[in-house]
Amino acid sequence: MNRDIYLDNAATARPFAAVGEAMEQAVETAYGNPSSRHGLGLAAARVMEESRSRLAGTIGAAPREVVFTGGGTEANNLALKGAAWAYARSGNHLVVSAVEHPSVLETAGWLAGGGGGWRVTLVPVGRDGRADARDVLAAVTGETVVVSLMHVNNEVGAVQPVAEVGRRLAAVRETSGRRKGLPLFFVDAVQSLGRLPIDVRAWGVDLLSLSAHKIHGPKGVGALFVREGVRLVPLVHGGGHEAGRRSGTENVPGLAGFGAALAKMAELVGTSERLSRLRSRLLSIVRDGRPEVVLLGPESGEAVAPHILCLSFPGVPAEVFQHHLERGGVYVSTGSACSSHHRGRASHVLEAMGCPPGVANSAIRLSLSPLTTPDEVEKAGKIIVATAGELAGKGAR
Amino acid sequence: MKHLLLLKYGEIGLKGRNRPHFERILARNVAAALRRADGGGPGGTLRHLRGRFLIDLGPSSDEVRAARLAEAAAHVFGVVAVAPARQVPLTMEAIAETAAGVASEAVGTGARTFKLEVRRSNKAFPLTSPEVAAAVGRSVLETVPGLAVDVHDPDLRIAVEIREDGAYLYGREIRGPGGLPVGTSGRAVTLISGGIDSPVATWMAMKRGLVTIPLHFWSFPFTGERARQKVIDLCGVLGSWGTLPDLLVCPFTEIQTAIRDLCPEELRVTIMRRMMMRIATRLGQTERALAIITGESLGQVASQTIESLATIEAVADLPILRPLIGLDKEEIITRARAIGTFDLSTLPYEDCCTLFVPERPRIKPTVAEAEAAEGALEVEGLVERALGGIDRVTLR
Repeated sequence: MNRDIYLDNAATARPFAAVGEAMEQAVETAYGNPSSRHGLGLAAARVMEESRSRLAGTIGAAPREVVFTGGGTEANNLALKGAAWAYARSGNHLVVSAVEHPSVLETAGWLAGGGGGWRVTLVPVGRDGRADARDVLAAVTGETVVVSLMHVNNEVGAVQPVAEVGRRLAAVRETSGRRKGLPLFFVDAVQSLGRLPIDVRAWGVDLLSLSAHKIHGPKGVGALFVREGVRLVPLVHGGGHEAGRRSGTENVPGLAGFGAALAKMAELVGTSERLSRLRSRLLSIVRDGRPEVVLLGPESGEAVAPHILCLSFPGVPAEVFQHHLERGGVYVSTGSACSSHHRGRASHVLEAMGCPPGVANSAIRLSLSPLTTPDEVEKAGKIIVATAGELAGKGAR
Repeated sequence: MKHLLLLKYGEIGLKGRNRPHFERILARNVAAALRRADGGGPGGTLRHLRGRFLIDLGPSSDEVRAARLAEAAAHVFGVVAVAPARQVPLTMEAIAETAAGVASEAVGTGARTFKLEVRRSNKAFPLTSPEVAAAVGRSVLETVPGLAVDVHDPDLRIAVEIREDGAYLYGREIRGPGGLPVGTSGRAVTLISGGIDSPVATWMAMKRGLVTIPLHFWSFPFTGERARQKVIDLCGVLGSWGTLPDLLVCPFTEIQTAIRDLCPEELRVTIMRRMMMRIATRLGQTERALAIITGESLGQVASQTIESLATIEAVADLPILRPLIGLDKEEIITRARAIGTFDLSTLPYEDCCTLFVPERPRIKPTVAEAEAAEGALEVEGLVERALGGIDRVTLR
């Protein structure tokens, strides 16, 4: 049996050794409650605040603008529901791209249905999975409270024009004569953290969600950037932690792990370029070996994230392909691991891209990480080509 | 106060000379179910009364535990009903007082009418059943306000059983599944795919007293670890109804790919099912099983026409029992929900690889055709290797 080649980093990335060490140390030494006034409490608070400062520095924010959460899904819920509830008097409309993560789409759907009659406009995307900034802006009305656009799509890696949308929204705010600051701009950056630069000031972002386990940190730890001055109604009430936005004793070991992951990612200079080269290499190995392969998402360049490659071998059910690769020690996803809970429903992202069901049902996602080696890419590429060859034309359909 | 359960069984009471045997197996199954539900606790002690089991759950005052154990006992095949009962001394005062207690509890939950149902197996008791009913009924009317008698359709039936060692009273019973105790009808191999039908078929076979040996055909890497875990979980649910032996996971990839590569496409499913029956038959010999259970329902899919069933059955040296043969899909789904397997069965994992399903399967295959189509297959070797690769998974 070969050594395992883990190419499912967009689902979750294996924690860095330093993450486990930082968490263990926090468990051993920073076990106080960060709210306690004694020295042990202070020690725990320091661990937490160090991670907060590090995260703020990574995205160009101030530490007080970072709210820690129990993961990316919670951050997305807090952003949309919290803003919708806080600004309900100033509008009743949300603009959301059609390829957002389910934690955004389902939340918007809930606000539209059971959650209080919000109107939601879905912005379409092109065949490569990217939205056009002009389409996003065209959906904005005088009632729009939040515009939600993810930075990197988790299924196909399409990079959305967040900077351009931010710039255009700023212009709209100047002239609309509405309540100051509306509509808010919310970016889900869970997939881009550590892979692409994030700059909340340059983009003009009001809310931005992040997750630790996608950058080799612990699961169950995330954050929401909330620009100074933006109000949110909390999802969780209690002792007023995180400036009243997310009550509950903080997950100190988890946050220590998040901080360690950020530190490690920062040390790995040139990650983006390195990943980009590996992705291109993997794509060309597969194309050379199996010309029938269909690439889903943008080809290369700034339009695509450096770590995600979505491929389809029409005629081979994705799960069958996945298990065959697993036998060869290569771990990948079928479409999005998050949408693999629903049988018989094609991925909403591929559907929005106009991808025919025959192609969508055969889509597998390969996702790289800074831990992926060139040697692994060569081996994985060979195994994928061989597996596709083995399965091609063997079935009846 | 002691928590007591009065357990009623039906059909096995009719079984003549076999009755003690059936009762012994039922008692063993109930005791096992109680222990399982008690999470390592003692369960309960069983005593045989005439036509009943009396279960003593011990002196614990834990109402939640008592309710859980009552539910567990009511899950056992062969059980018609389980009633949480109170035992009182054989005096009219004690009986009347306890009946009033049962009645006022029921009034609290909305009962407006009642009747008394008295059974006197202890003929030494001085009053007859109608006399006890009349006297206790009168006492309940006097002491519990807001209740009237209705002998035809009462909200509450207060049962009084007058036995040698005391009187037993109860006002509520939990219906059991009926059927026969698992283990009274011998052993069978049951084919479990992970779909909706086969767990229901297995449940129905268990209900008629069979020990069902679950057999799953696993085609990694055409199906995955989760498909296998799903079958283990399904067996766990079935195991809450009655003990299941080890799950047998049989490697099937070599057979499926051989069929794909060597047999005519339109007969793939027929031949695949024939290979499954050959393996199940062989297992029947080593596992002392006398039948094969499948989830087939007539006409549901191409492989379940009467011609297909006949062609498949031709290679089975054991009778194939098909408990679902006359059920519609909707009826099967309703049962799967009641049994508790439906939500597991519909989990979205690849379980029967679509790659192997022909575009136009033969709807009416014949034995001669199937035999000819199998000509290129090394049938014996394939069966031997599959049997040799079987993995035994102990449930729970």
